[in-house]
Amino acid sequence: MPGTEIERLIQLLARLPGLGPRSARRAALHLIKRRESLLQPLAEALSAAAEAIRVCPVCGNLDVTAPCAICTDERRDPGLICVVEEVADLWALERTAAFAGRYHVLGGTLSALDGRGPEDLNIDTLAGRAADPAVTEIILATSATVEGQTTGHYVAERLAACGVTVTRLAHGVPVGGELDYLDDGTISAALKARRSI
Amino acid sequence: MEWIDDGFVLGARKHGESAVIVTLLTREHGRHAGLVRGGAGARARGVWQPGNLLRVTWRARLAEHLGNFTAELLRSHAAGLLDERLPLLALSSATALVEAALPEREPHPALFEGLAGLLAALPHPGWAAAYVRWELALLTELGFGLDLGSCAATGAAEGLTYVSPRSGRAVSAAAGEAWRDRLLPLPGFLTQGPSQETTANTIADGLRLTGYFLARHALGPDARALPPARARLADALAEVAG
Repeated sequence: MPGTEIERLIQLLARLPGLGPRSARRAALHLIKRRESLLQPLAEALSAAAEAIRVCPVCGNLDVTAPCAICTDERRDPGLICVVEEVADLWALERTAAFAGRYHVLGGTLSALDGRGPEDLNIDTLAGRAADPAVTEIILATSATVEGQTTGHYVAERLAACGVTVTRLAHGVPVGGELDYLDDGTISAALKARRSI
Repeated sequence: MEWIDDGFVLGARKHGESAVIVTLLTREHGRHAGLVRGGAGARARGVWQPGNLLRVTWRARLAEHLGNFTAELLRSHAAGLLDERLPLLALSSATALVEAALPEREPHPALFEGLAGLLAALPHPGWAAAYVRWELALLTELGFGLDLGSCAATGAAEGLTYVSPRSGRAVSAAAGEAWRDRLLPLPGFLTQGPSQETTANTIADGLRLTGYFLARHALGPDARALPPARARLADALAEVAG
């Protein structure tokens, strides 16, 4: 039987996404075997992250500074704000290097099942940002799901009074997608959003 | 245990990392839940969107178990409505109401057909009147149908303009005039057939009427409030009505 500390380590690792009790045991053994090179640096990194990481009061991003590096980056276009559901979506957009504006993280979607309403999302601060005359366009990058688009419509409605242009990401055929393998919903969305070439 | 049936997705709640617990309104097995392994994955998520029509196979060792669903997508109603704010709200509202009001595993084939008709109507003009009629049909299916055929006081079949909040029966303009503040308005399109024109105001009146009885009766004593999706639809349509 493993000792208390090892058992606790395994229990905590098993709570991570993608890990169950069996893989947590393997990860714990791996860490213990590499105490100097992995376990202690990991413990220090976790402690430093817990200490330093903050939620940006402007956009809801995670960073070690508040406001975050994206909000304070003067090379970014302050007139463009891309609204995403979660920080993971912000990271996905940043990986593309295709967007040079700023972001706003809602913190989820409206969800009847989970009992999440507008007051649980970071919408009031977005309305405040949209009222800034420097902001010219808000891009809604919520998921192409019923909850994601319902949230998008709600946000667009809330921003209507600000007079800012509100757009959303296109829906349709993904790069590398073959029509034969696409579901009918995606094909019909792509047909609706067709454009001249 | 195993059966195959057609069903509309009412909702999908994440379970663990990659599975979802899905609730469907099936034609022969009523509102039925089941586990979908991998249902939260990027590929499968689109299938389990509210309003989608699926051919599902349910398997479990015993009938009382939660069981597992596998499915083939027959019609993606959700995808066609993603750009339409109000019809999308109506879709969310209808699925949330069925989920909240219907008992589990009790067949309601008429309600299944009614939901199919509503979802088919949502992309077209006149969807809002279809939605209000569908809520009336939901009340009827649950045993709380309104009697809108004749006046509760005089028996007259003409000039029906109110509904009694106590009895759920229509009241004529003449008989209800003295109690008009206590009665619910009855929009004409609910009594005069589908050809009757609707306005944003009559739709808002219709939703107020059905919403009152849904909250009072259909959602049970513990859930007097309407689902948030239904409340958002009513608010949005009331805003259109001004």
